Amino acid sequence: MATGTDPDLSAAADRPAARGVHHASRAAIPARHLRRDRWWLTPAATAAGLLAFVAYSTWRAFAGADYYAAPYVSPFYSPCLAENCVPMKGGADWELVGSWWQLSPALLVLIFPLGFRLTCYYYRKAYYRGFWASPPACAVPEPHATYSGETRFPLILQNVHRYFFYFAVLVAGVLTYDAILGFRDANGAWGHMGLGTLVLLANIALIWAYTLSCHSCRHIVGGRLRNFSKHPVRYRMWGWVSALNARHMQLAWASLVSVAVADLYVYLVASGAFDDPRFF
Amino acid sequence: MSYQAHFKVWRGDKDGGGLVDFEVAVNEGEVVLDIIHRLQATAAPDLAVRWNCKAGKCGSCSAEVNGRPRLMCMTRMSVFDPAETITVTPMRSFPVVRDLVTDVSYNYAKAREVPSFVPPKELGPGQYRMKQEDVGRVQEFRKCIECFLCQNTCHVVRDHEENKTAFAGPRFLMRVAELDMHPLDAADEAGIDRRRGAREDHGLGYCNITKCCTEVCPEHIKITDNALIPLKERVVDRSYDPLVWLGSKIRRRRT
Repeated sequence: MATGTDPDLSAAADRPAARGVHHASRAAIPARHLRRDRWWLTPAATAAGLLAFVAYSTWRAFAGADYYAAPYVSPFYSPCLAENCVPMKGGADWELVGSWWQLSPALLVLIFPLGFRLTCYYYRKAYYRGFWASPPACAVPEPHATYSGETRFPLILQNVHRYFFYFAVLVAGVLTYDAILGFRDANGAWGHMGLGTLVLLANIALIWAYTLSCHSCRHIVGGRLRNFSKHPVRYRMWGWVSALNARHMQLAWASLVSVAVADLYVYLVASGAFDDPRFF
Repeated sequence: MSYQAHFKVWRGDKDGGGLVDFEVAVNEGEVVLDIIHRLQATAAPDLAVRWNCKAGKCGSCSAEVNGRPRLMCMTRMSVFDPAETITVTPMRSFPVVRDLVTDVSYNYAKAREVPSFVPPKELGPGQYRMKQEDVGRVQEFRKCIECFLCQNTCHVVRDHEENKTAFAGPRFLMRVAELDMHPLDAADEAGIDRRRGAREDHGLGYCNITKCCTEVCPEHIKITDNALIPLKERVVDRSYDPLVWLGSKIRRRRT
């Protein structure tokens, strides 16, 4: 070049066959990426937050104790489908499974919200980035030699998300019932309220907001239509769900925290570490 | 306020190259493309760069600034610390031609693979009538300026050259979504199954919805939430949901 700004091309001749951004056809830049911001912070914080929830929920799910303090039941244990549940006065204590189930009753029901969140479009992004580094951040190369995305088993099973959504609606319905039962006192009399009632109400509000903001819900409600003008009610509903859907990530985290807080609250009351303040 | 900035600009071609250092003047209100033009006017008159409108609407000046895919004309110098070294490289997913110019023909090949809009038989030119609520959803996708930053940042092809054959990339999957949502598209009647095509021909399953395409879009199109995920749900309707399949067989009704 006439300007004297020629780059050093001596290394070009012996560039090894490489993949990704180091592929022979692309600009020869030795660095895997040139980002200088703290791109690692978001995936690290995401992984830490998810790991913290997994650790807490695993402990609580397998504990099988301190999940009911009348009138409150932990969201991890409702509906309670095994015979080994503690009696819950008027609660979702349905004993559908029978006496052969000897493990914690939470394991029977948690599979549905777990599956819903595991296949959720937001959480997929979160753990693909946070745990699998695929990619860790935009324009930061992933470490894997090959990539098939969600085209093969097991990740092709992410396509069952809508079925977990249907179950999640049922579970949210039961948790709504539990929150309403929180307006009783410990003896089952109605017209009372405590701090636990507020905790369960806040939790179920966030659970519903997260569930209804789901991308599959958005599709089922109206997204699958080609002509909105022929379905004005579904179009209106699609608009509402779309507005919620824009906050899906925030609702995913808020409801994840709220469900852990609600469980922790019931645990503290049930284990005697804390007395539920009663308002009336 | 003017100051001297330190730039590193990649110079070279398909045979090799490297980052070259420049000290260059920066004036208030300038963008990165202004600085590249100043380099052309002063220290490096043969520096190759593709640009056109300088207004964020032609999609020509796509590059990577400090490792982030950006339009150079929409990257203000005021966002950088004056003491910071600013690195400008070509897009790293496409074959390099020279300096900051890359060969983006992969995108045009993928564009040709998407079956175009199929006009309805019963309507002639000038007879199309669509309600706003039916087209509002796809109008967002029409904002695309084809800068190919989404294609460049998508790890499916950025990190795996071998996937370029099977994967159309977010821009063209968005095009498939746009046509599948189009109220007058008669592809079904013409025997074109866009949903099956999205999965089998354009590689929608490779997308793991990590949203980098949305993050880099200079038009702020919600590519993932409004195009790719709805398209994935439509593919589930067609290929993975037995209840929807059964319903479509019983009712035979087009939605």
